[in-house]
Parts: sequence; C-alpha cells; structure tokens
Amino acid sequence: MPDGRHTREITLNVNGESRTAEVEDRFSLADFLRKVLGLTGTHLGCEHGVCGACTVLVDGDSVRGCLMLAVQAEGRDVITVEGLANADGTLNPLQQAFMDHHGLQCGFCTPGILTTLSAYLRDHPDADEAALREALSGNICRCTGYETIVRAALSAAENLRKGQP
Amino acid sequence: MNEKVFVGQSVKRLEDPDLLRGGGQFLDDLKLPGLLEAAFVRSPFAHARISSIDVEEATKVPGVVGVYSAHDLPDVMRGKRILLQVPNPAITNPITQEPLASEEVCFVGEAVCVIVADTRHAAEDAAERVIVDWDPMPATGHCDSALKPKAPVVHSGMTDNVAGRFSLGYGDIDQAFRNAHHVLRERYEPHRGTGHPMECRGVAAIYDAVADAFRIWSSTQTPHNTQRGVVDMFEMPEDHVRIITPDVGGGFGPKNQVYPEEMVIPALAQMLGRPVKWAEDRREHFLTTTQERDQVWDISVAIDDDGKILGLKGTLIHDAGAYLPWGTIMPYISATTVPGPYRLGAYKIDVTVAFTNMVPTTPLRGAGRPQAVYVMERICDLIARERAIDPAEVRRRNFIPADAMPFEMGLTYRDGAPVIYDSGDYPEAQAKALARAEYDSFPVRQAKALKQGRYIGIGIGNYVEGTGLGPFEGATIRILTNGRVTIYTGATPAGQAHKTTLTQICADQLGVGMTDVDVVVGDTGMMPRGAGTYASRITVNAGSSVRMASIEVREKLLKLAAAKFHVAEDDLECRDGAVRIKGEQGDTISFSDLAKMTSGMPGYVLPAGVKPDLEASAYFTPPQATYSNGSHVAEVEVDPETGLVTIIKYTVVHDCGNVINPMLVDGQIQGGVAHGIGNALLERMVYDVDANPLTTTFAEYLMPTAELIPGCDIVHMSSPTPLNPLGAKGAGEGGTIPAPAALVAAVENALKPFDVRITDCPILPQRIVELIAEAELRKTGGN
Repeated sequence: MPDGRHTREITLNVNGESRTAEVEDRFSLADFLRKVLGLTGTHLGCEHGVCGACTVLVDGDSVRGCLMLAVQAEGRDVITVEGLANADGTLNPLQQAFMDHHGLQCGFCTPGILTTLSAYLRDHPDADEAALREALSGNICRCTGYETIVRAALSAAENLRKGQP
Repeated sequence: MNEKVFVGQSVKRLEDPDLLRGGGQFLDDLKLPGLLEAAFVRSPFAHARISSIDVEEATKVPGVVGVYSAHDLPDVMRGKRILLQVPNPAITNPITQEPLASEEVCFVGEAVCVIVADTRHAAEDAAERVIVDWDPMPATGHCDSALKPKAPVVHSGMTDNVAGRFSLGYGDIDQAFRNAHHVLRERYEPHRGTGHPMECRGVAAIYDAVADAFRIWSSTQTPHNTQRGVVDMFEMPEDHVRIITPDVGGGFGPKNQVYPEEMVIPALAQMLGRPVKWAEDRREHFLTTTQERDQVWDISVAIDDDGKILGLKGTLIHDAGAYLPWGTIMPYISATTVPGPYRLGAYKIDVTVAFTNMVPTTPLRGAGRPQAVYVMERICDLIARERAIDPAEVRRRNFIPADAMPFEMGLTYRDGAPVIYDSGDYPEAQAKALARAEYDSFPVRQAKALKQGRYIGIGIGNYVEGTGLGPFEGATIRILTNGRVTIYTGATPAGQAHKTTLTQICADQLGVGMTDVDVVVGDTGMMPRGAGTYASRITVNAGSSVRMASIEVREKLLKLAAAKFHVAEDDLECRDGAVRIKGEQGDTISFSDLAKMTSGMPGYVLPAGVKPDLEASAYFTPPQATYSNGSHVAEVEVDPETGLVTIIKYTVVHDCGNVINPMLVDGQIQGGVAHGIGNALLERMVYDVDANPLTTTFAEYLMPTAELIPGCDIVHMSSPTPLNPLGAKGAGEGGTIPAPAALVAAVENALKPFDVRITDCPILPQRIVELIAEAELRKTGGN
C-alpha cells in the first residue's frame, strides 16, 4: 500500500520570517500553515476550492491554501491573515474598515476575504462596487450577505488612495 | 441611571479585533497536548443492514491508534440512542440516532465505524481500508412517496413511515367553505437546503480519569443540550460533563442539535486516555448535518367576491428525514405560522410527519416559517390572479388591523402558550415597504422593460414570526476584585456578537465602559443551566437577564457604598467603575475596593442584609413568544433564455421592537435575506428516488455570492413588546423567512407573459427555463 506519510523538508518565508519544516508531501499549504506552523488564522471551509476561506497570499497573489501543496511553496513568500496587521500590531486600513463597517459576523471566512481583498485592492486601487463584488465572488460568506464587506472594501480603497490609515 | 449610553447605539463589536487578526479560536484551532484525530466510516447506502465490518487492514495503517465500531464502544452506550431533544405527544415513533449504527443504516452518511490516529490524514487513510459488508435495502427518498401504500419502510421493523400526526386550527372551517363564493386549491412544495455555516461541525474531548469527568469542546449553538445528551448517554452527573463552545463559525440552526459525534469522541477520549478531536469536512457536512424544508402542502382557500379569506384548510406532509432528533417542532411552527399577519375566518391543517431515508431535518434559519410564509403569500398571489385584484390589495383586505393588538389567534404556540400577537402594525409595514419599493409605479416600469424585451417582476412577502422563546436564558454578573465586570451567560454566539450586545446592556446599568466588561459565553462549567441559541431568543432572554442581574449588582454597590459613606443610596451614582457621591467633590470608592471588601476580606463586616460578593444571577422567563413582523418587496429581472435572476431592488421593512444595536440588527437582516435568496433561487439539496444525495459539493449546491446579493433597503419600525424589560423582539431569522415568497412571486410576475406558475421552491435557473418550456407547451396544446 502506498505510504502517504512520505515527508520532505521545505523552506519558505511566512509573514516575513524564514521557516524551515518537515512536511508530508500530500499536505496542502493550508494544512501545513495550520498543523505544522500553528498558524490557525487560515481556515478551511470546503477543501475543494470553492469557498475561499483558506485564501493566502503567495508571492503577492491570492491563492487557495487548500488547492496548493505545501511543497509547492518551497522558496515562496507567503502572507497569512496573521501577517496583515501594521508593524505595531494595530489593525491595517482594510482590517479597520471591516471593524468600522461591520464587515464580519462569525469571522470564519474573514481571513480569506481580507487576503483576497489585500491583493485585489493593491492591484486595483480604483475598484468600484461592481468590480469588488466580482473580486469577492470566489469567497463565500454565510453571515453578512456581503453588503457590509463591500462597504468596508470601498472605504478601505478610498483610504488607501488617500494614503490614510 | 446611565441608561441608554450604549443601548440603542451602533457600538462597534468587541469580537472583531481578534477575528480580524486571525486570532479566533475555532474548534479545529484548539491546541491540546497529545491530541489524536478521528475520521468516520459512513454509509454509502440510504438504507442497508450491516452484515460485517472488517477493520484488520485499517489497524495496520501507520499512525492508527484504534478502530471502533458500535460494539467496541463503552458498555454504558450499548443499545442506546441519543436523547430526543423536544419530546411531544404527537410523536408516534420517537427514534433518534445511535452514536454509531450497530445493525442498520438509514441514510447516506450515517456513521458505522471510527478511526483514531495521530493525524487526520492517517485516520482517513485507514477509513478507506475498513471493509463493510453491506446488505442494501429499499429506501424512501421523498416524504410524499413515504406515505404511499407499500412504500419501503425507512427503518426495518416499522409498519409505516409516520413519525407523528397532529391537527390544529380554529373557527368553523366547514361553514367557511359553505359560505365561500369561490374556492381555490393549490399544491406547494418547498425543498430542502441546509445551513452551511462556513465552519463545519467539530468536537474535541478530554477525559479526566481522576475526577471521572469530561471536558468537551463542540462547535454548537446549544452546549447545554449537548451536556444533557452526554449526561444521558454516559449516565454521569451534570457537573462531571463540561461543554465549552470555542468561537463558532456560524450556526443557522443545524448546530442546534446533539450529534452522534458528540457522543463518540468523548467515548474515545475516555477509552484512550488522550484528547481526541474530530473536525467535520464539507463533504461530511453535506451528508450528515441536519437539513430542512422538504414539505408538501395541499391547500384550499375559501374567499368571498372581494378576495377576503373566509377560511383556509389543507394538509401538510413534513419530511423528518431518517430520525427525529428535534421532534416535530418545525411542522408545528409551520402550521402555526401560516395565518401570519392575516385574519383568516377559520383555519384547519392536518399534519403528517414522514420518515425518509435522508439526513434528519431540524430547525434551519426560519425553522418551518419560510415554508408557511411561502404558502400563505403564494395563496394571496393566487387569489390576486384568479380574482384580478392587485396582490398588495388582497393582503390589505385581509390584514389584522393595528388596533386589534394584542391579537389572539386561537392557536397554541410551540411553547404551550396561546398565539397572542403582542404588538405590531402589519398594514403600515406593508404600506411603508410598497412606498419604498415604488410599487405603485412598477407597472409602468414593467411595461417599459417589456418593450425593451426585458422581463421584470415584483413580489411581496409579509410575515409574523414568534421569537424570543423561553423557558429562559440566564446571566450572572460579577464584579471581580480587579474591578472588571464579568457576564456569564448560557447564550452561545455563532457570529451574532452577543458579547457586544450583552455588554451594552450591562455597561449602561453599571456605568462602565464597553472595554471594562468581559463576557463568558457557551460554557456549562461557568453557567450550569441554559437552553441555547435558537428561535431568535438570545436578546430577549439573555439580554433581559443581563439587565435584571446588572440592576441587582448596582443596587448592591450602592448599598455598600451608602453604608461606608453614611449617606443615602439616592445620593450615590455608579460612574467609571466607581461609586461616588453625587456632586463635584464627592467621595469615591472603586468597584475593585468594594469587590475586595465583599470577597471575604478578614476584618470587613458586610452591612446587614447584604450577601457576600458583588454578584447577582437572573433568569428572565418570558410569559410567551414575542412576535416580530415585517414586509419584503423584491424586484427582479429574469432572463428567460438562461433562467438567471437578477435582483434589481430588495426592500425590507422590519419590526423587532426596541433595538439594542442597529448596526448588528441590520447585519442580521441583510445576512438573513441573503440566506433567503439562496433558499429561493439557488440552494437545493437534491436526492434521487432512492435517497442518494446528488449535491455534495459547493459546485453542485450553489451558495449565494457577492455578485447575486444586493444591499437591502432596510426600513425599521418599532413596536416595543410589553413582554420583556428591554421591549425587544428577535431579529435573527426575519430576513430569511419571507424572502422565498417575495422572490418567487417576483419571478412569476416577471414571467407573466409566459403564463408561468410557480408552486415549488427554490427555483433554480434550470427550473425557470423548464417552467417556461412547460407553459409554452400548455399554450400550444401539448401535454
């Protein structure tokens, strides 16, 4: 019987820190972050690539942590929700906008939405509502009905354009 | 004193900072030393006997610690089923699940075997190697066919599939139909979906052999129900079973159940002497977490020439699924919700609850009400169509007028109390919604759109919702010796921000800030009695209890300070965490000092009549449900080629009495409507005739996304209830309840040129295309 437990050592940069760890070949990046590195802010909602809860940034791009193998992240730069706050630990403008606009309820999908929007707003600072809704269409939120998420994103975009926190 | 500093304000959530940093502690995030993980072997058949289970290969998988079937569980569990949560005399066959099925499985997904390993990956490897010899049996895949003669029985040994029967109604229904000018009939068929919180279920357990006690973490809405279930299963005293809810990633009803895994995981922890965890994956969620909404309604309505409803009667078949974990509450709620905001001359409904070989059904956001509202509102639309009266006008002619409040319906609600609407203005709610939706000018918009080849439609959904059910949800308020205030409550949030709302209520009474209060929720070790988060009941019950206990603590603070300063209590006030003598130069004593004095400090004698500790507990017990209401208007565009529905505008008028935090109530409404939109247009749990589930991924079962859901235009009315000290009513489900009715009406209205009639729900795009084709066929004389 094939042994699923074959492991290898990988080195990658996670939230600005170089991390080297032994991981089973078959581990998804999300499983690696959660189970090996203990970064449980990245959540698993469906494990088949639809819900977007496990989204992390890999070399700046938003990526489904459940659809990428950990070993594929060798040498890459990974940012998780734990790495989004300002250097002094305060909420970054996007996080603050979510708090101000009630952009979360249970908070389970929130990490994936924050990472998705981080990349999107960086690349599309002038995004309008329709564009944001499309950008968010790969993230399922069961609680909010999305409206406050969109308001939060629009507000964050405006503040980012102004260069204000 | 200090009333209304925070209550009524859109105070920002205390829960957010941790969740936004990835610091939430959900079930699967718990770091327990020496933790083992479990995976289940589940039935691939809707109905089968278990001939044998061969676990030999599974035990050889590296990392596996043990493989267990029903016969390997502790003796105390042998032959037992999970405690029925809500017993009722109407139940004829009160059968619940075994922790692991021992002889027979009755739905696809029922667990028969569990593997414990050092990792979930290894446990799943082993699960694939368990060989079960199944003996498949005929299965029943729909509640209607379940009641037909010779239908396969859902459980072997049963003579039929009836789980329960009851009838209810009021007035002289026969006379109503004798006096009718017209009688209309229709069959309505709402279908199953489920809650799909983004966090699936999960359980972790530790067994303390020294104390013979469990500590169990569960992603549940009702830790006290789980405790009752575990106590019953293991025959242990309550104080040896502590259930703790970590952060819960959404509930929506299905986490308001006691599940087999909540029995099996503790048993494994006990047998192995190590912590064991199981985190449900999405596929398991589709297969095992409770669902709701399959019903068949055959309804007749007696009306006069003006469209006034003289009587409404019919039958309701409710799909229980394979077991009855929550009894027959949903069809009961359905049956009592039908009349809604309307004065029906007479009403009679005969209900049959049918077993099927599908996942058990239990309350899902709305809990039987969306179906009932769908039926009543579609009846109004039917009357409108048959009598050529505007749908809004039909409703106007049948509303209970505002001056009839309080209004006694003549029915008994699920809490055993009569249905008495406590307050509300239903005609005004609809009038406001219509005005906001520009209903009167819609025909002009519709005609103009049609000229452009666009099909737009409008639909109305009115509802009245029994909320804030008892028996109670308590709160203890304690001021600790560091001066901080702690609220302990049985309330168990899954995103509703109970910590924030309960703090608002408490902080106002004690004159402290929002950040001076800690809230301990959902822990049976900290709050020994509780009911749980369901039935839109927490603000009414726990909120009122928090207010009552806070007032008692405040009175105690004042009494102690009055004795110390030798002044009257009226001369004192609580402000900023201290009691002070009113006026500029008044003496002050901090909560912290008062707490220390009353905590057993040697040398301090309590004033006469004052009990130790700055603590009070309260259990508000509402006399009956309090009835929220609202009106929704949906305007949609339908693409007849693709069946795609675009929501142009969605208007909500909502009345939940006094509002503690408007931002949060708006959030509940918007999120609830999104769920209702899913129920109306996307979400259908499909089974084939043999009860095999066909939608077991998010690619097959579609969830609403940001592109579909519009921002609702929300208008608040406030009819405070006299039934609790806050004047508040429940707000968690009202967004969902009328949405399917309003949306399906709007789609039907948009497709008027095709003469499409819709009586089922949800209506997925393919169904819309099908309905148009069927209507065309009717017109051209085909069958």
